[in-house]
Amino acid sequence: MSADLHDLGVAQLARKLAAKEVSAEEAARHFLARGAAHASLGAYLATDEEATLAQARAADARIAAGDTAPLLGVPIAHKDVFVTKDFPSTAGSKMLEDYRSPFDATVVRQLAEAGTVTLGKLNCDEFAMGSSNENSAFKPVQNPWDTSRVPGGSSGGSAVAVAARIAPAATGTDTGGSIRQPASFCGITGIKPTYGRASRYGMIAYASSLDQAGPMARSAQDCALLLSAICGPDPDRDSTSLDVPAQDFGRDLEGSIEGMRIGVPKEFFGEGLAHDVRTAIDAALKQYQALGAKLVEISLPRTELAIPVYYIIAPAEASSNLSRFDGVKFGYRARQYGDLLDMYKKTRAEGFGDEVKRRIMIGTYVLSHGYYDAYYLQAQKIRRMIADDFQQAFKSCDVIAGPVAPTVAWKLGEHASDPVADYLADIFTLPGSLAGLPGMSVPCGFGAGGMPVGLQLIGNYFAEAKLLNAAHRFQQATDFHLRKPEGF
Amino acid sequence: MREHRAGYIRFSREPQHTMSLTPQDIGRIANLARLELRPEESERMLTGINEFFEIVEKMRAVDTTGVEPLTHPVAAVQEVALRLRDDVASEPNQREANQRSAPAVERGLFLVPKVIE
Repeated sequence: MSADLHDLGVAQLARKLAAKEVSAEEAARHFLARGAAHASLGAYLATDEEATLAQARAADARIAAGDTAPLLGVPIAHKDVFVTKDFPSTAGSKMLEDYRSPFDATVVRQLAEAGTVTLGKLNCDEFAMGSSNENSAFKPVQNPWDTSRVPGGSSGGSAVAVAARIAPAATGTDTGGSIRQPASFCGITGIKPTYGRASRYGMIAYASSLDQAGPMARSAQDCALLLSAICGPDPDRDSTSLDVPAQDFGRDLEGSIEGMRIGVPKEFFGEGLAHDVRTAIDAALKQYQALGAKLVEISLPRTELAIPVYYIIAPAEASSNLSRFDGVKFGYRARQYGDLLDMYKKTRAEGFGDEVKRRIMIGTYVLSHGYYDAYYLQAQKIRRMIADDFQQAFKSCDVIAGPVAPTVAWKLGEHASDPVADYLADIFTLPGSLAGLPGMSVPCGFGAGGMPVGLQLIGNYFAEAKLLNAAHRFQQATDFHLRKPEGF
Repeated sequence: MREHRAGYIRFSREPQHTMSLTPQDIGRIANLARLELRPEESERMLTGINEFFEIVEKMRAVDTTGVEPLTHPVAAVQEVALRLRDDVASEPNQREANQRSAPAVERGLFLVPKVIE
């Protein structure tokens, strides 16, 4: 019976665990074995069977004692950007190789309280900077739909773990699209909530005014279960956490979407959109019409500007956040150095990878004396204009739909010598990130090379339940989210 | 004018209008960022950053007169006040756990190269 455990979603698995048809320990062992069998995908940076099984036995004890926490015994894996007591936390960087956190991130703690068992830590771009997972200091990740292609990034390990059935669900973080784009590239479902709904405490910081945690799983229903555990105020730990109470996101999943107005931004369908992706997105929009939704053309006129605005603001915040890596309090220190300044410079030169250095340099420059107004402040002003454009659009629609990315997953190494190519490919996820809006990727078809295509749904602030409802209804009418790559 | 090789987004670059950074700028920024760059790394960085600033030019031309900068994104629709907590010690002493991952520690102190002669 346990042979097909990995084909079960979170909701089904949770039911089986609660009914004692399978124990948390059996489930954990099954998924750990699958992870080991598919180790060549590169999804995991760290596993620790003993730590996982100890958590699983504790979950079994809770089940035996009559605890009815919603995710009791469900094994999941965490993006390595979340710090964890029981596993190393590296953020994909040599700077934090072997780093052990003295505490769990709030999101990790809340999921553990809801009953999850941690399978391990998942590969990602270094400090979540990247769109292909190739910026991991340790190893690249292969897309299970075609192992010569990237899984997307920065939550590439998370997307692959779910797509390859190594884990029923995973956590991710999204700064400029890092949950939605890998979810799209790997044919799974992912949601980034409104900025401020999930605590950033214990998420190794990249760009603090953008970073958000969210779940990645196979279906909207599974994402709803996890998101309900993740969201909620964290007043003592995260100063930007909003005072918005936790919510049961599963409650409104089944509601009718008859009459729902879906805004289609014309700027997302320009000549830059690949034909195969466009075909899948058009078909998904037709499916929504068949479900009773109405399509409304809208305009997000500053879509292209989101690229420079994001790539000024995020590096600026990164250059400040990453100044903590100085070889003194934690992490890597250069072996040989002269004085203190030399120690800082050599430590950071050896500990950071190319892309991280590039963003630190850009950020340092745009914040430096004489350039702050022209770049950083100007970017923050346009950021408000982009957020206002969304409010204008939401006057005529309930949710916004379009592609997550202009193309399907590209080949490993294809953008290696051209980082700007990665930046441009983020065009459709960046506007929602800058505005702090909730966004999803929902599997909606296949493009060139049989690679998955994701439909992006963007909601207004705090409209996660509406997004999940729209995604769930779509998934009741389609089976893209149930398909799995050959051999998995 | 040339177009980006990624092709699928027609983001034109107009290098002739772009302010370019010099190798001296790279050295100055690297020092501010506390990064030691090897000569070939500095060169690559210069090219990479100048390419990046070509896509930033469009942003600089936008008229933002009278627009307030946005810091917390949700402030676009509602008042967001950053919370301050009372300045009282609430954490237990976890010095040992906190120093476990430090590169050099002695008697509870972080060790650094000599700063004062």
